[in-house]
Amino acid sequence: MALSNFCLVCGGTGCESSKADEIFKNLKKAAEELGVGNQVQVVKTGCFGFCEKGPIVKILPDESFYVEVKPEDAQEIIAEHIVKGRPVERLLYKTAGQVAAKGEHDIQFYQKQVRIVLRNCGIINPEDVQEYISRDGYAALEKALFEMTPEQVIAEVKASGLRGRGGAGYPTGLKWENTRKTPADQRYVICNADEGDPGAYMDRSTLEGDPHSVLEAMTIAGYAMGATQGYIYIRAEYPLAIHRLEVAMKQSHEMGLMGKNILGSGFDFEIEIRLGAGAFVCGEETALMQSIEGKRGMPLPKPPFPSVSGLWGKPTSINNVESFANIPVIILKGAPWFAAIGTATSKGTKVFALTGKINNSGLVEVPMGTTLREIVYDIGGGIRGGKAFKAVQSGGPSGGVLPVQFLDTPIDYESLTKVGSMMGSGGLIVLDEDDCIVDVVKFYLDFSVEESCGKCAPCRIGGRKLLNILEKITKGKGTHEDIDTMRQIGFAMQRASLCMLGGTTPNPILSTLKYFEDEYLAHIDKQNCPAGKCKDLITYTVIAEKCIGCTVCARKCPANCISGERKAPHLIDQAKCIKCGACYDACKFEAILVS
Amino acid sequence: MIPTKPAKMVNIKINGKSVEVPEGISVLKAGKMHGTKIPSLCAHPDLKAWGACGICVVKVEGSPKMVRACTTTVVEGQNYLTHDPDIVETRRTVLEMILSNHPNECLTCARNGNCELQTISAEFGIRDVPFASGIRRLPDDLSTPSVQLHPSKCIGCGRCVIVCQEMQDVWALEFLNRGDQTRMAPAGDVTLAESPCIKCGQCSAHCPVGAITEVDETRRVWNFLRQTDKHVVVQIAPAVRVALGEEFGLEPGTIVTGKIYAALRRLGFAKVFDTNVSADLTIMEEASEFLQRFTTGGTLPLITSCCPSWVDYLEKYHTEMIPHFSTAKSPMMMMGSLIKTYYAEKAKIDAKDIISVAIMPCTAKKFEIQRSDDMKSSGMADVDCSLTTRELARMIKQAGIDFKNLPDEQVDNPLGDYTGAGTIFGATGGVMEAALRTAYHMVSGKNLGSLDIEAARGMEGVKVASVKIPTDGLGAPGKEIEVRFAVAHGMANVRDVMRQVKEAKAAGKEIPFHFIEVMACRGGCISGGGQPYGSTDEVRAKRTAGIYKDDKNAVIRCSHENPWVQSLYKDFLGKPLSEKSHHLLHTHYVPRPLYVK
Amino acid sequence: MTLQELRAMREAGKKAMDRRIGGDKTIEITLGMGTCGIAAGAKETLDAFVNELNSKDVRNVVIKQTGCMGFCHSEPTALVKMDGMPDIIYGNVDAETARLIVHTHILEKKLVDKHVFDRPSKDIVKEN
Repeated sequence: MALSNFCLVCGGTGCESSKADEIFKNLKKAAEELGVGNQVQVVKTGCFGFCEKGPIVKILPDESFYVEVKPEDAQEIIAEHIVKGRPVERLLYKTAGQVAAKGEHDIQFYQKQVRIVLRNCGIINPEDVQEYISRDGYAALEKALFEMTPEQVIAEVKASGLRGRGGAGYPTGLKWENTRKTPADQRYVICNADEGDPGAYMDRSTLEGDPHSVLEAMTIAGYAMGATQGYIYIRAEYPLAIHRLEVAMKQSHEMGLMGKNILGSGFDFEIEIRLGAGAFVCGEETALMQSIEGKRGMPLPKPPFPSVSGLWGKPTSINNVESFANIPVIILKGAPWFAAIGTATSKGTKVFALTGKINNSGLVEVPMGTTLREIVYDIGGGIRGGKAFKAVQSGGPSGGVLPVQFLDTPIDYESLTKVGSMMGSGGLIVLDEDDCIVDVVKFYLDFSVEESCGKCAPCRIGGRKLLNILEKITKGKGTHEDIDTMRQIGFAMQRASLCMLGGTTPNPILSTLKYFEDEYLAHIDKQNCPAGKCKDLITYTVIAEKCIGCTVCARKCPANCISGERKAPHLIDQAKCIKCGACYDACKFEAILVS
Repeated sequence: MIPTKPAKMVNIKINGKSVEVPEGISVLKAGKMHGTKIPSLCAHPDLKAWGACGICVVKVEGSPKMVRACTTTVVEGQNYLTHDPDIVETRRTVLEMILSNHPNECLTCARNGNCELQTISAEFGIRDVPFASGIRRLPDDLSTPSVQLHPSKCIGCGRCVIVCQEMQDVWALEFLNRGDQTRMAPAGDVTLAESPCIKCGQCSAHCPVGAITEVDETRRVWNFLRQTDKHVVVQIAPAVRVALGEEFGLEPGTIVTGKIYAALRRLGFAKVFDTNVSADLTIMEEASEFLQRFTTGGTLPLITSCCPSWVDYLEKYHTEMIPHFSTAKSPMMMMGSLIKTYYAEKAKIDAKDIISVAIMPCTAKKFEIQRSDDMKSSGMADVDCSLTTRELARMIKQAGIDFKNLPDEQVDNPLGDYTGAGTIFGATGGVMEAALRTAYHMVSGKNLGSLDIEAARGMEGVKVASVKIPTDGLGAPGKEIEVRFAVAHGMANVRDVMRQVKEAKAAGKEIPFHFIEVMACRGGCISGGGQPYGSTDEVRAKRTAGIYKDDKNAVIRCSHENPWVQSLYKDFLGKPLSEKSHHLLHTHYVPRPLYVK
Repeated sequence: MTLQELRAMREAGKKAMDRRIGGDKTIEITLGMGTCGIAAGAKETLDAFVNELNSKDVRNVVIKQTGCMGFCHSEPTALVKMDGMPDIIYGNVDAETARLIVHTHILEKKLVDKHVFDRPSKDIVKEN
């Protein structure tokens, strides 16, 4: 007899620690005992997310979702659900409204992720335009070209409340309207695919998984604004995304979805790909346009805004990949559908690249208003290795670091800015107790200093000064005056930098000085790095009583600075130690002390 | 050529005070118009706002943000707050950052005393810099005889790059590297001498600090003057006389010709000559060359060649136009060869014992004197050293001469007395005007009714007009010829003129112009790269007015009427374009690569 | 292409997508082949699937590529669809797991332990 049911037991770290293994064994045992061992397969799975409610058991094919399951519930699940076909009501996931959930459409948990931008990613073959079309691809273009005036398209985008997903959050519809309003013989549509924040890859994944959605959206934008030429500015470091865009562009040309007289509508639109060399500052729109024009990528003063005088002096609208990917859905499903998702001022969803010390790193798309806690714990599965959550870094090098008290902050443009971070393009990096705040901030400053274009004095000089001070502090040579100096420089950089890169460079410092000043002071006053990260402030020593002389540490040490006889306590030569921590990781007897 | 119409006005407030300013101007300019000084280090009236320094930040009432006054256009009704404690604190911090990366070498810096960074630091009362020093030690570029780069002193304002690329269309300078490693240098990191640089020195004229300077040769000239067995003579260019006074507190445009002669004598020069005479001579040669080509179907348009930066530019960027170039040397070089031949002969001095110095408004002249072997037509260097106006001012100061109170003295002849036509060489359009005055006479046998050719004057980037000349003087009475001319100044303005000529030639169409004057610097030599610092259109207008005043005041205003030029031909050269003229007063041109390597 | 042709293609495609599998191919494996998946070894996984299916002489399987499914922590990922089995997303599909999927899931119709993942969300395109 073939298997008719599958009983999935979450094997994620969170559930494992709360007895998932016992549940798994009990389920198997119960199935055998009740004589349905040949009808049901009990399997362990990867993490379902939603670890808060773990352990989780899911039954397929009917998609019943049991939460907070205890080992003793196994018998009942098999007896009731598998043998009698009746779900165990009391274990089913319930929403606030007390509705017992069964099947994915009823489970609010699935609402934690709403995939609008990523609707086709992981579903269609990105190199097959037929699959895109089959999932309502180019239906929005069709609707825009044949059923809507350009003004109506703009009105729809405005009504949807969509705001720029590149980080600044300028209303997309307004940008289009401003561009359309400027009198010109030519206007340009630019897709900003110069994603460059450390740890962010939302746009790359979107372009790789669903290139046509961006092409369709750009064409709609061109129609709406009266532009016939579009550019996609993408970094050359994204070869797969470029390849898939090229394939997609070839297909849409061949099918008459791009080029002259699109679908017989009389509307012409061309798109060209322009490759960037990977300078972070070229994500800034004026620098990006300079780069497209073949000049050195340096920001220009604004105003004039690109919507008035952009590429080659023509009105230009620059939108980010993620913003564009929303457009076909907004046109097709209508502004009210889209505006119903999210918060009062931030509509729709946001894609995040969730990384750091988290169990389920990944690309997640959540409705605006979702809290950081839901993202970190429900979707991300909590902190790796059971360590303590310390903070979450959002907004990349321009953003801030948010400590535990802000975990319930809803994700939207205003809320994040209010607590000293920013939406940014969507990198979320989770930090745990082993991360040193000063060290993390130094990493971001290092990035910003490296990526400064060098045009304006505040950014060019201020960034380096800040980095130098951070280096001093992580070496234990900082002073209290250094803290004041960093605040002074930060104040001036925020106000006098030419573009947002410089203006936001001090953000990681200023936000952590607000929430983690103690940690800075520990480095300064006690020459101590509480997280044990700053190499100049830590020493590795062998605890003689605990060392059994197994020699593992000595063999692992890359600097050959650990000596000692077999079965006798070892010794680390501090002069030679490079503080790599290899001995600490290698020792099974906790005989290495970090201080 | 957009006609300037009266600007629409907008009402704004500056620190709460209502003022009316022209639409479209920046807050920085609006402040200046109404007596509110907003400090700034990178903005320059000649250049588009670049927004690099971050000093000129102001607030717009109602917004906590700060914006740059240089790049923010005035908006009706807005109140701009230009000074408050937050703004001053921000400016001070940015200034301290800039100072922390700037070498503390004021005492030995070429800009000591007229450095914009020094001035602003003094105003802010910076006594010490709270940030760790980040001074970079970068090698100086001393490769050209005209200008030098001292990148360690660069504050990254970007003026030089914008000047070089947009105002001059030369593209020699570029920003290299990124972030705090950014530096200005020739593109490709070659030396300036290997780059397309035309030595116009506009970068040095716009640099707010001492990062780009002219090559200072004052000590060399002092050493010439120490040699008692040498006969050291000097010539001064047209544009020097209306600008040097600025270095001694006089208004731009003040004519100080007589005081310069006096000062040069006091410095120890044996003879003081005036380049304006050789300008007259240039006109005789060039007008003759033009008419020869015009009447015999020679290569037209004829293009003037007195500007050495333009010569360098054409040899690099428009090589196919070389046959159009006038072979006449510049007035300075003509004077140089005459000093060591004609004058040496007359004064009975061995040319080998003569040292010939030139005072020029120009940095490229330092390059021109060694441009090719044609610059040694006397058998040795025709001009031994060319100083800029700025260097002469320094020498006068070094000598302790009370310039303002000097008596007006006379020039030395036979190479001294000049006409109004010679003096207007210093302003854009002047060569064209002077040449047409003489050409008119050569063709018609009489002088122009009004000698002022207004169409050639003014600050318009390209000026196009024509002059009709009766051909009576050529033995064809009752007929006339029409000479179409174009005048371009500011190197970037040349592009369009050259394009028109090339397109017409390629299409086999009638050429749009017969005669083209080009000067590399905006306004002509009066704002050359070697003139006193602070050339803006306001200053240019005053210097230009001085030039035309000098012309108006002249008894003789046409080159062909200069008795000294007439006797020079009679006694020495024969006639214009004679064999001797060709040997001493003409040169030739060769295509040069943009990059030497 | 005309509007009518586009619409016809969409309708035909929708049916195909719903049936998912056409002709003699009754099983579909979709591999996540974004940069992330490829970096994590999706190409080796693809080879393993192809080789294993060939060696077992399984001919009714079509292998497709798709973009990132979002499970960065468990790349490479593969979605397996076949009659009689629920649609399953597998994570951490290395070559060995690919062979296991062919053997266990496709041939034995049992799930492969420890590699099953859940869909991250509902499909908004199929809504309403």
